[in-house]
Amino acid sequence: MAADKPRTLFDKIWDAHVVETLPDGTALLYIDLHLTHEVTTPQAFEGLRQAGRGIRRPDLTLGVIDHNIATDASRYSGIVDPESRLQVETLEQNAAAFGMPLIPLLDKRQGIVHVIGPELGRSLPGMTIVCGDSHTSTHGAMGALAFGIGTSEVEHVLATQTLLQKPAKNMRVLVEGTLPFGCTGKDITLAVIGRIGTAGGTGHVIEYAGDTIRALDMAGRMTLCNMSIEGGARSGMVAPDETTFAYIRGRPMAPKGEALERAIAYWRTLPSDPGAVFDREVKLAASDIAPQVTWGTSPEDVAAITGTVPGLETAGDEARRAQLQRKYEYMGLTPGQRLQELAVDVVFIGSCTNSRIEDIRAAAAIAKGRKVATGVRALVVPGSGLVKEQAEAEGLDRILSEAGFEWREPGCSMCLGMNPDKLTPGQRSASTSNRNFEGRQGPGGRTHLLSPGMAAAAAIAGHLADVRDYQPKETL
Amino acid sequence: MQAFTTLTGIAAPMPRANVDTDQIIPARFLKSIARTGFGKNLFANFRYRPDGTENPDFVLNQEPYRKAEVLIAYENFGCGSSREHAPWALTDFGIRCVIAPDFADIFHNNSFKNGLLPVKLPRAVCEQLIEDAKLGGNARVTVDLARQVVIRPSGEEIPFEVDPLRKHLLLNGLDDIGQTLEHVSAIDGYEAKQKSAQPWLGGNSL
Repeated sequence: MAADKPRTLFDKIWDAHVVETLPDGTALLYIDLHLTHEVTTPQAFEGLRQAGRGIRRPDLTLGVIDHNIATDASRYSGIVDPESRLQVETLEQNAAAFGMPLIPLLDKRQGIVHVIGPELGRSLPGMTIVCGDSHTSTHGAMGALAFGIGTSEVEHVLATQTLLQKPAKNMRVLVEGTLPFGCTGKDITLAVIGRIGTAGGTGHVIEYAGDTIRALDMAGRMTLCNMSIEGGARSGMVAPDETTFAYIRGRPMAPKGEALERAIAYWRTLPSDPGAVFDREVKLAASDIAPQVTWGTSPEDVAAITGTVPGLETAGDEARRAQLQRKYEYMGLTPGQRLQELAVDVVFIGSCTNSRIEDIRAAAAIAKGRKVATGVRALVVPGSGLVKEQAEAEGLDRILSEAGFEWREPGCSMCLGMNPDKLTPGQRSASTSNRNFEGRQGPGGRTHLLSPGMAAAAAIAGHLADVRDYQPKETL
Repeated sequence: MQAFTTLTGIAAPMPRANVDTDQIIPARFLKSIARTGFGKNLFANFRYRPDGTENPDFVLNQEPYRKAEVLIAYENFGCGSSREHAPWALTDFGIRCVIAPDFADIFHNNSFKNGLLPVKLPRAVCEQLIEDAKLGGNARVTVDLARQVVIRPSGEEIPFEVDPLRKHLLLNGLDDIGQTLEHVSAIDGYEAKQKSAQPWLGGNSL
């Protein structure tokens, strides 16, 4: 590529990682960081074993256990479910056999893979980062190219530290203006998905830009990039800036001293050049965003909390009407129903989308001095042991416990129904996670996605509620 | 990897958009450490009722679709998680080809690595193929990867696009790690260059 052609953030990171371009245009792309967890790796290690291969760069590989584990005290006495236990033990054995660094299950640095990477200072700007998990896009908030891969690709990266990839198209989501009261990164991402649809970003990498994005803290940017996959994009990114550099400084695995200054000098060259061409651009005015909540079984089924369940007349043709009918039935909704009428059984605050200290603070601010409504089970699951420790140092666990929330151990928890935390059929949840698919939080479970503040408000109200009506009674 | 050349078989109609990976194989069935055995839980939340019995209304519980080798659906097939268990569950059940207007990126990638051919055809064509599929066992569809055509029961041939490299790997059942390792000296060279230019990138020490 000609050096004088304006390039995007994605183009620059891509170009810097092409080892070789094959005749058909497929690139052999170098991977700077490979994160692994127990669910999507056992078959990859088995493949290595069968082929007599090893891990090319164990020092660029980091494992953690997050999906399977219980988030109550039972984790300290071993994993009860035999299949979960086998999967976790398999990762531990593979890490030992192949020399892969693995954060031990009971280490305080243990947590959700997409929380710990940035938190430990391991995920850095300009990197290519992959993990066998679609929400790897989270790390794009650091100004990295980060995307989820399948298990065959996990094996490919373990063996070669590269991936065979075709370049993605560039898409820019530009958000300008001051984010209204009560809105967060979660509301931006839900509003974007509502606009572009769940397949709107397919084949693209999304760069989030504009002064609204610049004003977000790193946690907000991570929430935003995290859900890029729900808009079909494999990756979301935010250009690194002073907020990013300040976040990185002092983190345990981040470069330090002169190495850090040299890195920052390089990272400053990464933002998209003026005049760089995007294949697609979507613009949103921050002032148009209100606190969002999903009503259906796809993240694109989203509305403002003041809204209603859309009616059948919004469906274009018969197939879409049938699909809408099915959503009403599965979710137990009536067309035209006010969203704030929907009573919730469970509130889940956690997941790689919203389990960082900022998210816990936002929930605690709403919870302080109030009580969870009778009959509602509300869980707060910090994203890592370090988040938990920080929250406890700030007294947030006590505020939440006094309000009637369960304060849990870190893990993926109720995001995906593969550990003991799950919904029972027909239960309705207000959840800060990322997917409201049928059965995602447990068979028959009904999920409404929203921000941590909105989730806390729902817990207190006992139904979906507008966070703007539940502002802090006092500052924390 | 099992090669995919040509296939003539029963197609199951699934006229739905956004068939996500949690539908294809729910997360609670991802705990196996093997690549096989996921077929019995393919579409588990649709296929089985809460008491574990088969739901007779679900297409894959009906004859002749229990033996379907092709699945026809609508937009954004395979959206959601990166789980390769989704193509593993489909192939373990016996499905070797999914036809839809478009696919989510990761599922699309994963399919090619497991001998499962994703074919993109316009919505209107998918609607026709779904009508064909509803005719059942006497209306088999043929998918010919070498010639890049889907052949309807009527004999009408519908061409489709496929990436040439992926086609080559799939036709020959080739594992791409072996291919990449032929470029190992280029990878060595890249690492040496990167080590001096960006020394901060190396090294985990827990």
